[in-house]
Amino acid sequence: MEALSFFANVDWSEIWLATLDTLMMLGGSLLFTILLGLPLGVLLFLCGPRQLFEEKRVYALLSLIVNILRSLPFIILLIVMIPFTVLITGTSLGVAGAIPPLVVGATPFFARLVETALREVDRGIIEATQAMGATTRQIILNALLPEARPGIFAAITVTAITLVSYTAMAGVVGAGGLGDLAIRFGYQRFQTDVMIVTVVLLLVLVQVLQSVGDKLVVHFSRK
Amino acid sequence: MIEFQNVHKTYRVAGRDIPALHSTSLSVENGQVFGLIGHSGAGKSTLLRLINRLEAPSGGKIIVDGEDVTAFNADELRRFRQQVGMIFQHFNLLASKTVADNVALPLTLAGELSRSEIDRRVAELLDRVGLSDHAKKFPAQLSGGQKQRVGIARALATKPKILLCDEATSALDPQTTASVLQLLAEINRELKLTIVLITHEMDVIRRVCDRVAVMDAGVIVEHGPVADVFLHPKHPTTRRFVQEDEQIDEDEQRDDFAHVPGRIVRLTFQGDATYAPLLGTVARETGVDYSILAGRIDRIKDTPYGQLTLAITGGDMDAAFARFTAADVHMEVLR
Repeated sequence: MEALSFFANVDWSEIWLATLDTLMMLGGSLLFTILLGLPLGVLLFLCGPRQLFEEKRVYALLSLIVNILRSLPFIILLIVMIPFTVLITGTSLGVAGAIPPLVVGATPFFARLVETALREVDRGIIEATQAMGATTRQIILNALLPEARPGIFAAITVTAITLVSYTAMAGVVGAGGLGDLAIRFGYQRFQTDVMIVTVVLLLVLVQVLQSVGDKLVVHFSRK
Repeated sequence: MIEFQNVHKTYRVAGRDIPALHSTSLSVENGQVFGLIGHSGAGKSTLLRLINRLEAPSGGKIIVDGEDVTAFNADELRRFRQQVGMIFQHFNLLASKTVADNVALPLTLAGELSRSEIDRRVAELLDRVGLSDHAKKFPAQLSGGQKQRVGIARALATKPKILLCDEATSALDPQTTASVLQLLAEINRELKLTIVLITHEMDVIRRVCDRVAVMDAGVIVEHGPVADVFLHPKHPTTRRFVQEDEQIDEDEQRDDFAHVPGRIVRLTFQGDATYAPLLGTVARETGVDYSILAGRIDRIKDTPYGQLTLAITGGDMDAAFARFTAADVHMEVLR
């Protein structure tokens, strides 16, 4: 009974709902981040110096946009994005309201990681596929992406974990989730027990993401 | 036939034009194994890549079987490249795909065969290169020689008429090199495939090539049948390659021979002459004495050859020289 009374302030059903919110925000935003960031990363790679579509001006422009979005503190992005978020989801609150700023915040980051992963692929692989008479599209789909798969899975893992901390911040604009609980109860009402439970749950989430990610990277490294 | 007509290639580096290949004309007959030898930076890699247009020429024409490669549009170029296999020094296999999937890749990309036809072709190719048991493995699980065999199987997948080899044995140990070269010679013989290979090792040229071109600083300085170029090198670069191969130091040899009495000649035998008992006969008939200072009996591809450096003393020397010249032997008087 001693132990339970320590968690006197903890409303477990509230925690459960908050956990679900966090998972939904994470899943939704990760999905859209990959869908947008992967092509953007491929484009960055292709336009980059000494690559297949070397295109200095396009690369400079994409690079600038990516850098601006990445240098913007996420908390500012959350607020700046509100009108745009309302426009596409109809609300700036809850899980739906959090996903657009999360995606905009994480996509440039993920795209850069994808670009780096693609650059790690040996140029000889591209040359060999070119010599087979492959189209650029075939080179990307049949050689570059499969070869960069371990790097891309590592990038997804890092991005997912970054998104976990972003979802916690999204609590500030009323997004819900574990971070929101930690701020409203743990911090503002000095309910240390709530703070501990939410932080532990976030920690577990990060641990799970990292170890699943690592396993996938090792599996696809084929070494 | 592969024909280079005044082909040249210049790279633009930091605003300056760097010539990689000076105007070159060259032809490679069908079914030949053609070797390009040169030190790194000699332009041989550029020349090889011009054939399947991985490098675009700065000028001139490259004609392959009557078609101008330099005039191909993107689509024609892709179809042409499917007819030209290529293997690489570092193999360039896809680490993410199994051996079988690597070999299947050119067929998948070409998109002309069904899945089951591809599987059958892959099995046949792996059998040819002796890797049937390794189909399900990933490249990282293979040795260097096995990886190059996968590379060869992959290059042959689309039944090309030309095979380009970019330093294909340079990353392999001598024993593995020998077995890979043997495989290349076999393929050339059985499939009537034209092979163009580049290397910096004379030994590779000697083992498999029919003709050789020696490159130096973007220029072909000497070319011809391997035996001619190898046994009677004219250009200093060629001589250096031959000496490297035979591990001869010319200066050292001259010092050694300085103390030897009599005349010094070098005899070169080729083909059946290699096994004729010429030396003994000539010595008996003309009364000269000889001692062998240096020598080598070996093969160039399938032709045996011998090259002996002799010191000759006493007897009727002029008659002996006349007999050597009359026989099926090439004689050079060194001193």
